[in-house]
Amino acid sequence: MRITLNIWRQPNAASAGAMHAYELDEISEDMSFLEMLDVLNENLNEQGEDPVAFDSDCREGICGTCSLMINGEAHGPEVTTTCQLHMRSFKDGDTITIEPWRAEAFPVLKDLIVDRSAFDRIIQAGGYISVNTGSAPDAHAAPVEKKKADRAFDVATCISCGACVAACPNGSASLFLGAKITHLGELPQGQPERYSRVVDMVAQHDHEGFGGCTNIGECTAACPKEIPLDVISQLNKDLRTALKQGR
Amino acid sequence: MASITDPSHTTALNSPPVQVSDDARGYYTLGEPLVDPVAPTGPIQNRWTQRQFDNRLVNPANRRKLEVIMVGTGLAGGAAAATLGEAGYNVKSFCYQDSPRRAHSIAAQGGINAAKNYKEDGDSTFRLFYDTVKGGDYRSRESNVYRLAEVSANIIDQCVAQGVPFAREYGGLLDNRSFGGVQVSRTFYARGQTGQQLLIGAYQAMERQVAAGTVKQYTRHEMLEVVIVEGKARGIIARDMVTGEVETHLADVVVLATGGYGNVFFLSTNAMGSNVTAAWRAHRKGAYMANPCYTQIHPTCIPVTGDHQSKLTLMSESLRNDGRIWVPKNAADCEKHPSEIPEEDRDYYLERIYPSFGNLVPRDIASRQAKNMCDEGRGVGPAVKELAEDGTERWVRRGVYLDFADAIARMGRATVETKYGNLFDMYARITGEDPYSTPMRIYPAVHYVMGGLWVDYHLQSNIPGLFVTGEANFSDHGANRLGASALMQGLADGYFVLPNTIRDYLADGPFEKLDESHPDVVAAKADVEHRIATFLSINGTRSADSYHKELGRIMWEYCGMERSEAGLKKAIGMIQELKKDFWSNLKVLGTADSLNQSLEKAGRTADFIELGELMCIDALNRRESCGGHFRAESQTEDGEALRHDDEFAYVAAWEWGGEDGQPVLHKEDLIYTAIEMKQRSYK
Ligand SMILES: Cc1cc2nc3c(=O)[nH]c(=O)nc-3n(C[C@H](O)[C@H](O)[C@H](O)COP(=O)(O)OP(=O)(O)OC[C@H]3O[C@@H](n4cnc5c(N)ncnc54)[C@H](O)[C@@H]3O)c2cc1C
Ligand code: SF4
Ligand code: FES
Repeated sequence: MRITLNIWRQPNAASAGAMHAYELDEISEDMSFLEMLDVLNENLNEQGEDPVAFDSDCREGICGTCSLMINGEAHGPEVTTTCQLHMRSFKDGDTITIEPWRAEAFPVLKDLIVDRSAFDRIIQAGGYISVNTGSAPDAHAAPVEKKKADRAFDVATCISCGACVAACPNGSASLFLGAKITHLGELPQGQPERYSRVVDMVAQHDHEGFGGCTNIGECTAACPKEIPLDVISQLNKDLRTALKQGR
Repeated sequence: MASITDPSHTTALNSPPVQVSDDARGYYTLGEPLVDPVAPTGPIQNRWTQRQFDNRLVNPANRRKLEVIMVGTGLAGGAAAATLGEAGYNVKSFCYQDSPRRAHSIAAQGGINAAKNYKEDGDSTFRLFYDTVKGGDYRSRESNVYRLAEVSANIIDQCVAQGVPFAREYGGLLDNRSFGGVQVSRTFYARGQTGQQLLIGAYQAMERQVAAGTVKQYTRHEMLEVVIVEGKARGIIARDMVTGEVETHLADVVVLATGGYGNVFFLSTNAMGSNVTAAWRAHRKGAYMANPCYTQIHPTCIPVTGDHQSKLTLMSESLRNDGRIWVPKNAADCEKHPSEIPEEDRDYYLERIYPSFGNLVPRDIASRQAKNMCDEGRGVGPAVKELAEDGTERWVRRGVYLDFADAIARMGRATVETKYGNLFDMYARITGEDPYSTPMRIYPAVHYVMGGLWVDYHLQSNIPGLFVTGEANFSDHGANRLGASALMQGLADGYFVLPNTIRDYLADGPFEKLDESHPDVVAAKADVEHRIATFLSINGTRSADSYHKELGRIMWEYCGMERSEAGLKKAIGMIQELKKDFWSNLKVLGTADSLNQSLEKAGRTADFIELGELMCIDALNRRESCGGHFRAESQTEDGEALRHDDEFAYVAAWEWGGEDGQPVLHKEDLIYTAIEMKQRSYK
């Protein structure tokens, strides 16, 4: 395949960025999108031009590191991560536009790499169960209803990639937040801190500069792990209860 | 079961090995034998309990004054940082990713073992211990493994309390399954994403400590050197990967939890960033590297399709519980679509050769037999170009079928979908084929490594104050990690072992305050800066990636699934040439004071090249087949792996021999008191 790439280049957070065009030849449709970028970078290195910086690590759709806007869509046209997107999703002769995640709370560090540490700080605000090492009761002490266990699992699969934020016109992280609130809120172990957790995590979310949710639904459409939109209802419900009962 | 001659398990059941063969003569020098100075004694079932009691305590007021550097935030590092933070120590945690939660542990799929005996199928601490020692081909330390089995049950309790959503049955209790090579059901899992869920548990526990102020988190930081002062590890030099700043971090103790080095093969199932740098830098500063050639090859990965590939994807081994593995009986059928090959022309070779284990034979056997089938010319899928034994290039089909047709007929497609749906989807996405209608193609790939920095029973390396946990150390797995035991080790080390052993070391602290202007600290930092400057100034023609790929091809061909004396010697020569070329012809663009991924790769590749050479020397020395390490010169009449306990029941701990010197081999004898060594048989 022959393709043209329009890529956002920005040397660092402080300087301005711009789009650059590159031509690539002999791209096989078995390549992943990131392998195609590897090929580009080998070429650039050979020509003495600084390779394009982009984030990736596991390359199997689980670590959440890779993060690209491809033709205006978070992770591109398929419901998956960028590393699991393959060139067979494109056609010979296509022009592909590649940009970093767009959100105020995710500042660009270089080229296609953004800073997502705001997510860690949201977790620090309460996205855990307070249990110290060594004092846990036997795992069978608290059975969990299969339905709840499955629901908790389904939403615990969030990989923290940030596609939901990048896809949201408001730059809201409500899907990410809702996934964590629901994961811990479905389990008996998560009950004692359920309401303080939601208040603190939402406060941190707002503090980081993520926008409010107006139920547009772009987040769930872009989510590679198909986190359902109703986690946001769960989030709002827990928040209302928390505010009513004073945490 | 082991025959137990001495119920107190204190008398040796084997005699120390005496090595006769010396294939590696001329490549190394022999050093003093090594003993674990803190190895416990007494009945095996009391050793850990006794040690926890004997290890000195640090009172809570003093803990605040003690600083711990934790490099790595995977299961081993994340769990340890959380636990030490809770205990009140000051922890500084480092990782190269943008968030601790992205550490490579996140990718583990299959599950984690624990001797819970929830199924009442005869499991026990002793049986898990026994299976693990046997699965490691009697090349691990029995005290360490017993401890691992002992704390395994606590891991499950801990994780459930944190909210890790393990699979459950309708009654609300935890489900478990059995894994390759084991006959009891002791593997706990969270669909195909066990590593992710366990890591999120550890990560959340650690973030809680970040909020509490006991853990300070440094992401996008790469450790590039250990600081050693007066013989003790006292800090690290790390590069802020965004600003390029080279920083000094000092502490009372340093822990490396930096994962494995499987990426030395370039193509592996590891994350792209997984590397050996932290361990290798420590090795060059005097820490011993033990059993570096022990690599585990995973039999169920998606095969290589071409030159552009950056990684191989593993599919959970649980697939072997229901899928049947076969190749065409006749090489002429290999190009046909599998549906055109009638039943009688299919060779279900594992079921044929190993009737009692069938498709569930241990990983190394499943892997090697797949290789044998392809070497015979009965592989399927696209032919790929590879390096041949004689150094020339050849085209071979590298794939065997993993067929679910029978399983679908037996349980129905819906059941198969619930059990394996996500794996099937992943396969379809990567290959563009539908595994429900066409059998999957699989091939072995490098998965993880059992070698690593040498540590004693306290997980301390031979450098005082330098502790090593998780996949980065060598200790618990011997030659053949079974499935589901690496996660167990990571969390056992992180939550339960290290926090209990490190306090004995820290009880001597706080150590004398150290200044950044100390000459040893200044020198370590200057070394790092000089190295970075060198990479940027070579200004040759080849990228770091191209060297890494070439190294990988050499390693896979000569130090992969099957090894021979001639091949390994050839590989060592090739690697030495590659190293020379690297340092004169590397090309790294960009600057040191910015985010520079080419520079990061250059540093990692440089260390991989040196490690690769040592791996080959270690493999050359070990003229026996054990675990995934099959030495062509050491096999039984019917081609099975043949161990030599009389010669090689030792840990090979290598000391850095200097830039132009030869590595020094220290042998630690493995003495068994609780388990009698047996030749394995999976027939
Ligand atoms: C695809 C796959 C599937 C697997 N499935 C299973 C399974 O089902 N069951 C099982 O038991 N095991 C499995 N394993 C093995 C298991 O996942 C690993 O052995 C284990 O997770 C390693 O954990 P760790 O904490 O030691 O290291 P890792 O999780 O690899 O963490 C390493 C950490 O060190 C950091 N680091 C490394 N170098 C540096 C440096 N120089 N500077 C700063 N930071 C650094 C990284 O940022 C990271 O935080 C699997 C492995 C793979 C590859
Ligand atoms: S909710 Fe989905 S899109 Fe958002 S961070 Fe999680 S996995 Fe990514
Ligand atoms: S690189 Fe890990 S999810 Fe894409």
